[in-house]
Amino acid sequence: MLVSLARTYLRPYAGAVGLLLVLQLLATLASLYLPSLNADIVDNGVTQGDTAYIMRVGGWMLAVSLVQVACAIGAVFLGARAATALGRDVRRDLFDAVQGFSARELGRFGAPSLITRTTNDVQQVMMVVLMTFTIMVMAPIMLVGGVIMALQEDVELSALLLVVVPVLGIAVGLLMWRMVPYFKAMQKRIDAINGVLREQITGLRVIRAFVRERRELARFGTANEALYDTSLNAGKLMALAFPMVMLIMNASSVAVLWFGAQRIDAGQMQVGALMAFLSYLMYILMAVMMSTMMVMMVPRASVAAGRITEVLETETSVTEPAAPVALASLSGGDGPRGEVRFEGVGFRYPGADEPVLHDVTFTAAPGQVTAIIGSTGAGKSTLLNLVPRLFDVTEGRVLLDGVDVRDLTTADLGSTQGLVPQKAFLFSGTVADNLRYGKADATEDEMWEALEVAQARDFVEALPEGLQAPVAQGGTTFSGGQRQRLAIARAVVRRPRVYLFDDSFSALDYSTDARLRAALRPRTQDATVLVVAQRVATIRDADQILVLDHGRIVGRGTHAELLADNETYQEIVSSQMSLEEAA
Amino acid sequence: MSTERQAPPARPAGPRGGGHGPMGGMGGAPAAKAMDFRGSLRRFAGVMRPERARVLLLTLCGVVSVALTVAGPKILGDATNVIFAGVVGQGLSAAGVPAGTSGEEAAAMLRASGNDAQAGLISSLPDVVSGQGVDFSRLAQILTVVLAVYLGAFLFGWLQARIMTVAVQNTMRRLRDDVEAKLHRIPLSYADKQAKGEILSRVTNDIDNVAQTTTQTLAQLVTSALTVVGVLGMMFWISWVLALVALVTVPLSVVLTMQIAKRSQPQFVAQWAATGRLNAHVEEMFTGHSLVKAYGRQEAAAEKFGAENEALYDASRRSQFISGTMQPSMGFLANLNYVVVAVIGGLRVASGQLSLGDVQAFIQYSRQFTQPLTQIASMMNLLQSGVASAERVFELLDAPEQDPDPAEPRRLEQVRGRVAFEDVSFSYDPEEPLIEHLDLVAEPGQTIAIVGPTGAGKTTLVNLLMRFYEVDSGRITLDGVDAREMTRDDLRSRIGMVLQDTWLFQGTIEENLRYGVRDGARRGGDLTDEEFLAATEATYVDPFVRTLPDGYATVLDDEATALSAGEKQLLTIARAFLADPEILVLDEATSSVDTRTEVLVQQAMNALRANRTSFVIAHRLSTIRDADTIVVMEHGQIVEQGDHETLLAAGGAYARLYESQFSAPVVDEEDVVAGRGAV
Repeated sequence: MLVSLARTYLRPYAGAVGLLLVLQLLATLASLYLPSLNADIVDNGVTQGDTAYIMRVGGWMLAVSLVQVACAIGAVFLGARAATALGRDVRRDLFDAVQGFSARELGRFGAPSLITRTTNDVQQVMMVVLMTFTIMVMAPIMLVGGVIMALQEDVELSALLLVVVPVLGIAVGLLMWRMVPYFKAMQKRIDAINGVLREQITGLRVIRAFVRERRELARFGTANEALYDTSLNAGKLMALAFPMVMLIMNASSVAVLWFGAQRIDAGQMQVGALMAFLSYLMYILMAVMMSTMMVMMVPRASVAAGRITEVLETETSVTEPAAPVALASLSGGDGPRGEVRFEGVGFRYPGADEPVLHDVTFTAAPGQVTAIIGSTGAGKSTLLNLVPRLFDVTEGRVLLDGVDVRDLTTADLGSTQGLVPQKAFLFSGTVADNLRYGKADATEDEMWEALEVAQARDFVEALPEGLQAPVAQGGTTFSGGQRQRLAIARAVVRRPRVYLFDDSFSALDYSTDARLRAALRPRTQDATVLVVAQRVATIRDADQILVLDHGRIVGRGTHAELLADNETYQEIVSSQMSLEEAA
Repeated sequence: MSTERQAPPARPAGPRGGGHGPMGGMGGAPAAKAMDFRGSLRRFAGVMRPERARVLLLTLCGVVSVALTVAGPKILGDATNVIFAGVVGQGLSAAGVPAGTSGEEAAAMLRASGNDAQAGLISSLPDVVSGQGVDFSRLAQILTVVLAVYLGAFLFGWLQARIMTVAVQNTMRRLRDDVEAKLHRIPLSYADKQAKGEILSRVTNDIDNVAQTTTQTLAQLVTSALTVVGVLGMMFWISWVLALVALVTVPLSVVLTMQIAKRSQPQFVAQWAATGRLNAHVEEMFTGHSLVKAYGRQEAAAEKFGAENEALYDASRRSQFISGTMQPSMGFLANLNYVVVAVIGGLRVASGQLSLGDVQAFIQYSRQFTQPLTQIASMMNLLQSGVASAERVFELLDAPEQDPDPAEPRRLEQVRGRVAFEDVSFSYDPEEPLIEHLDLVAEPGQTIAIVGPTGAGKTTLVNLLMRFYEVDSGRITLDGVDAREMTRDDLRSRIGMVLQDTWLFQGTIEENLRYGVRDGARRGGDLTDEEFLAATEATYVDPFVRTLPDGYATVLDDEATALSAGEKQLLTIARAFLADPEILVLDEATSSVDTRTEVLVQQAMNALRANRTSFVIAHRLSTIRDADTIVVMEHGQIVEQGDHETLLAAGGAYARLYESQFSAPVVDEEDVVAGRGAV
């Protein structure tokens, strides 16, 4: 996953990556060349007392060092550019992919997961690529180069590598292999303790009300103890790591000196070569350590890459039509009127046993209010979301002025509708920005008018900045009711042909709810209004009420008609109103 | 805005507690600056105080380990000298010097023949004898010592790290315990004022960050500092000339590090700012996905994303590049050092002022010297962020605590349940008076319904009754006893509470239901299985729990269990029912509950209310018509008080509220809902 993702996204930067590899190769070779030059100083300069030679080789060493640093910095430059560009491109493609998703795919992944994938996962992959570019590609070069140089200095002594390298590799690998489960366990323990704390902080009132502080302390204590034990065990293993690596490296140099001395004594090797050999040994062992750690890092990044690829490979279920019908051609060339018709509509999530909607047929005419009521999970929101194509039907069809909504572009379709979702969501910016979300070129007058209809004029006027008042992300600076009214204003300013209210009045108190409905009536006179509601009071004067139960329409009519002969409706009403109130 | 301080540095992705690798500073957020670095550091040292014996011991181990590590190369240099002496000895014999001639004699001969350089070289080596090769017994001796030294360094190093782990983990466990204990002592007025995420972040991320930085810095700082001192000493011992030369690179590396850090720091800040903006935009667009689509704003969203994405790319490319140059630059300085030492050392060996082994040792030392310096530099950053986190934890620990319970609390043997608010005044903010001179009496067994718009002070009454907040003046009495003369625990154990926030903890359903049941302190004696079952049946919990595969043993967690909001509400009612309190507080908001369950919730609440003094915060007027007293609140004041009929007849605030709730054309369909009507 990681490799294929990296390969795909690095293709545009192949030239830079190629150059980077060359530079890293040069830099590593230069590093490896230095000890060899030092050996020359010892063997040909020091032992012969040739001062000029020492100076000359010293100058040469300086030049090599300069080449090394130049190449290394060049490589860092190219690496940083390629890796961050990869991050940028993956993020862009992810964002575009998610933008194209329908509510179905979005629901499958969940917004939080998609956010994590677009941000953290990409960051992880990017950092691994960057580390690979700047450090890890050096490891194999250094390993191979070091071995070649070591062989060049003395073949027989190089046999030591056959012992030392595996010993270090196995020791480090073994230690990490033993540590990984601890780290995983530790993450779980941390999550557990954070879970307890989260519960306690959110439930502080309940805990105190039931006087269970002592019990909570004990619960926390257990989690704390578990984390302590695991951290301690992991820490103790970790404690071994650095001293152990040092010991192996140091012991290897002792071995090199011992066996090297015998080769020198036999006249098969020079002292300078021995010293160079020691340096190469250190390079090789460093390379082994880096490779081992890289092997350990890859699985983690692979998971991230897999999560990214999964999103990129998911195709949206809502696609644009090949030959879209023009909006202007609707209603015999008059443009959209707003009649919404469901014909035998069914909707089923992929893999689900039960359809969410089943054989739903009705017409919502312009100038009429069509209300949909039913218990949670009855499919009300799904039904509403089929109109702007947040989902596509799996059976039957949804028509706008007689044209299948799937034959219109989503942009055209959207422009005819004003959706007010269940959760009043505001975008960060200003109040005006949010209203312009509904109508990009709305004038101030239009905005105030919409706010007035939505019963939001008063509190917006009371804000010192008025329309320019800042809105925090998610609209948290406003109360739930205010948010909902602003969301309604956003739809109202649009003057859409079709209003879609998804349980949009629930956060309003009864009197505001009543005033808002009264103000909306003239505004929506010619438009089609679809209202999903929980409260009977909100919809009792609708022209048409559809009672939804388990995805089927089990009743339709006015409040009075349904109250007379629909059992489900009666049940709903009786739970909310007492006898005389219902009447 | 506190957003900047809210997020402690992101945890590096790699395994936790790992050695501080060369990538340090590339993955994490910029170190948040502590406000009072020294003070907080000193205070943290105080937190570590119980571990002082261990800290002392680990420092000792560190000293020994470093000393041995530092001694290694010098002794190894002796080994090189022995080898070299063997080479020279053989060389002398090959050059015609009679076998057995000692080094001094050979040097004298060479000097006589004008070959000063060679003479010097020989005299710098110990025990050169012409014709004699490498002295293996001596070499073996030296190497054995070296091996022993390294083994010792390993053992002490390991010991140090182990003691370290214990000391740090002990401290972290204690710190976590302190924070947990504190959590239960802070007044709710404090908790409510803080964002929940803020507190949570302090007790989780910050402590985590402290633990991690402590593990990474404490041992390393000690070792690195000791190594610098030790290595420097050895370098001067071997050759002060070379040492001075090598030291020249130190200020150079410091300047270089600082220059690079100075340039990369703003880029990192820019990178994290860009990351924050991009993440915020992504979060917003993904959360508001359906709106973006329905309003056809994908293009605008993509455009903004593109701009933020490009900005992030620019900033991270720069920051990664600039910080990435650190490694090669330091490497270059090390190489420079290497070259200079090799050349000057070579010259001095050739002139006999230094032995070859010493040069070799020196090269190793100078490599060891720059490493801990850069480590200390990067650790300072880490330490900054650790101390900043510690400071935030301390802030929480320093938060005010609720007033202690009275020394000699009053205890009610038998509670009848008369609750009276007597001339109670209270406000959250002295600037904005909320409740003023409020009087309200609930006789035993009565139901008091509180209605009014949001912000009228309904929940405040509950807060005061439960003593989550203390009254500013006046008093609240239970059977005539001032609530403040009782312990909080005693008072609260008399009151059962059902809030609209259906808080359940992670555990089985049965554990959750028994949450309020305290052995030995329950009114009706210890809970029997029959009582348990009766209670769950009375509160409509039993039927749906039975349909779950694991029944009462079903584990409730964040997402796995598919309980509806209404079912959760029923569980909280059953929980209060089982606790069997004398007084009840019910906050009945059920907007997210589907209509059928809602009927059950209503009925369960009614069952719960029987024979108990109850305070009901009503959201739906239909449910409270049979309350003994309905209290209408507006702006912290009781504007009306009486039963349903009286208030309706009075035509005041209640009547208006009632009308607004049911303003619709009248339809005559009475008989249809007869029998189902008033629940």
